[in-house]
Amino acid sequence: MRSEPIPRPFALLAALAAALFLLPLAGLLVRFPWAEAVGALTSPEILTAAGLSLVTSISATMLSILLGVPLAMVYARARFRGLRALRALTTLPMVLPPVVGGVALLVAFGRRGIVGQLLDSAFGIRIPFTTAAAVLAATFVAMPFLVLTVEAGLRSMDRRYEEAARSLGAGRWMVFRRVTLPLVAPSLYAGAVLCWARALGEFGATITFAGNVPGSTQTLPLAVYLALETRPEAAIALSLVLLLLSLVVLVALRDRYLPTS
Amino acid sequence: MRPPPTLLIALLALASCGGGSPKSSTSDSTAPPSGTITVFAASSLTDAFGRVGDELTSRYPGTRVTFNFGSSSTLATQIVNGAPADVFASADDVNLRKVAHAGLVEGSASVFATNRLQIAVAPGNPKRITSLADLARPDLVVVLAAPSVPAGAYALEALGKAGVTLIPASQELDVRAVLNKVALGEADGGIVYVTDVMSAARRVTGVDIPEGQQVVARYPVATIRDSRNQHLSSLFVEFLLGSDGQRALDSFGFSRP
Repeated sequence: MRSEPIPRPFALLAALAAALFLLPLAGLLVRFPWAEAVGALTSPEILTAAGLSLVTSISATMLSILLGVPLAMVYARARFRGLRALRALTTLPMVLPPVVGGVALLVAFGRRGIVGQLLDSAFGIRIPFTTAAAVLAATFVAMPFLVLTVEAGLRSMDRRYEEAARSLGAGRWMVFRRVTLPLVAPSLYAGAVLCWARALGEFGATITFAGNVPGSTQTLPLAVYLALETRPEAAIALSLVLLLLSLVVLVALRDRYLPTS
Repeated sequence: MRPPPTLLIALLALASCGGGSPKSSTSDSTAPPSGTITVFAASSLTDAFGRVGDELTSRYPGTRVTFNFGSSSTLATQIVNGAPADVFASADDVNLRKVAHAGLVEGSASVFATNRLQIAVAPGNPKRITSLADLARPDLVVVLAAPSVPAGAYALEALGKAGVTLIPASQELDVRAVLNKVALGEADGGIVYVTDVMSAARRVTGVDIPEGQQVVARYPVATIRDSRNQHLSSLFVEFLLGSDGQRALDSFGFSRP
């Protein structure tokens, strides 16, 4: 494909934009502590945080699939009063500062929260400062990515396949499992990966709602933040690893979510 | 070749974002101070420094003092990595030394205040927490600041003196987060500074720690070598050490060094 001419001011501004993203990456590479990296990355606290990050981000993704796919189905196909408002409210975490999300989770599920109080007095369940809180915080901020992606998939799919299956006598569940799900599978896959990546990077809602507890809520982003104060080389090494991981996610998604011509 | 004007505008916009705060050039100490400084201060100083900043700027019209509050360890890391600080007020010597070792302190640091620890509990102390030893009770949710944060290190020192070992429910990123977890009722108790309890008097109650287990936090302050407004920066430090600054700190519960 031949390159079209770009006006010079545009090219220069575009170069500035690219530099904004490339320079921090270059900074991490330049300052990467090659000698200490292996030791820093395999220290027990980092390995614990990494394991915990995997557990919380995967749990949040699974919870998002379980709850988010039905929600996307409702948004794509149901019609009732307040649907648009509901859709806007459940999309809010995408733009809300995560710390605000954490405060909202505290006043809902905290020990004195409207739901948390009931959980505590009825079952003795306390969510804050537990891994469950970290999963809940990650799900709260990440699920909208899955819901919106799957909803778009459901809206753009060809409904005639479902109608054909119905006319051939397939039940609703059968149609969903054998026709709808395979048709939206690329969207579901893209949504799940985006959701997982957002959950993996979650910081603000986690520190506010789940606190910083090594082994149960201290995920990698929290460990990076704390390491920056005591062991900056570990923080830089970790940052680069997280960055590369995110890059892998984007590359894996390039055909499914980010259309290339 | 002349760069196109759009690029110049973009570069100017970038340059004005980068500094964080506009600064006047260095002026000699006889001229009236002007411009803006950014003071990096330990989060336990949040309320007291708000007052100090107001008093200083009303004494010298045309000046502005902005603050960056956080845990002293975070602030020290930010300054060492080139954050545009003019003054650094730390809650401990360790983090000020970190900045000094990087060659970024102008002159020497002076201790301007001391602080003591207290146990913050729910208003009226419904769980009847009377000592550090009580904090180890299994029915209590106790939060501390992380050990890398001054308040967390001091708390561990006090617990050590009291011979108490406890596993905190959470290690918060700064002392204000500990206070807020108690004020919100998520935690039954937390070790904070006396001044934190005072600032949240209606939301928490303070339980005293006996002298033998007490830890005294010393707050050093210094101007930063790269400050582009050394004049106003050193005035801020002088004001802090002078009688008006000390009176302002007193009213928030800090003690004199």
